[in-house]
Amino acid sequence: MNDRAAPASARAKPGMDAGDEEDLVARLRAGDAAASEALVRSNIAYLLKVAQPILRDRALAEDAVQEAFISAFRNIESFEGRSSIRSWLRRITINMALMKLRSMRRRDERSIDDLLPDFDQNQCRIEAPWTRIATPEEIVEDADTRAWVRARIEELPENYRVVLIMRDYDDMTTREVAELLEISEQAVRVRLHRARSALKKLIEPLLRGEEP
Amino acid sequence: MTSSYWEQLRGLLKGMMFKHMPYMISCVEFEDFISSYFEGSLPRAQLRIFELHLKICKECREYLRAYEETIAVGKIVFNDPDAPLPDDVPEDLVKAILDARTK
Repeated sequence: MNDRAAPASARAKPGMDAGDEEDLVARLRAGDAAASEALVRSNIAYLLKVAQPILRDRALAEDAVQEAFISAFRNIESFEGRSSIRSWLRRITINMALMKLRSMRRRDERSIDDLLPDFDQNQCRIEAPWTRIATPEEIVEDADTRAWVRARIEELPENYRVVLIMRDYDDMTTREVAELLEISEQAVRVRLHRARSALKKLIEPLLRGEEP
Repeated sequence: MTSSYWEQLRGLLKGMMFKHMPYMISCVEFEDFISSYFEGSLPRAQLRIFELHLKICKECREYLRAYEETIAVGKIVFNDPDAPLPDDVPEDLVKAILDARTK
């Protein structure tokens, strides 16, 4: 499994430098139980946070993370150190979560079509006038509102939600998302745009400074 | 005459302008450029056309601003440290992983 460059902040354990990480990897390769435990403990919460929004289910997220660690232990020899080990684990976890999604029967989801922008017969946008737009800081000030927005993200259909999370929130490139999902880069762009548009419509009351 | 009449007329004129004037695109075509615009991958010629539409079309301008805010809100919320997932280590899961490791 390929690993890519990542910032030091994403190392196996925040604050760990490259030398510590090399040492950890060497110990993992030697089958050191304490190193395995350290790797699991320092990354498990982070990886659950990666898997949960993709799968929308805590138990499934735990399964994906467990399988990701097992895969990582088995494939530690292929870790080349071109990225941080945390980035490498994150990539494996996303892969595992996506495999789970593919194997699951899709839950009833709303259609994205109802959430896309509207145009008139002249191909002009229909957009209610904006008297004000709340700033992101105003919107996210309150914890309940943040939870409400998170719930709206989780409401997006799977194909779109996954792209939005990986591309916008996990800062992966279009190419990386395309490779992981085995779709074209153009398909990633289309899904990403639809996901953002749909989310805009869902959170529009907040953006307009109204109660959701 | 009602405001709805004027709105329809305005829409018609705007639609005709986008359709017939050089370097103009409709709002539907503008929509197709948005993702590449934010990615920074629009070729220069298309970028000019995109920006020209943006200057002329108030609806697309407002839409794009709200769209941009949506991206920002999503990023903040998604990386929210108060998110419901606990940061504490689930011991049963740690044990299951380490047990599986030794098998």
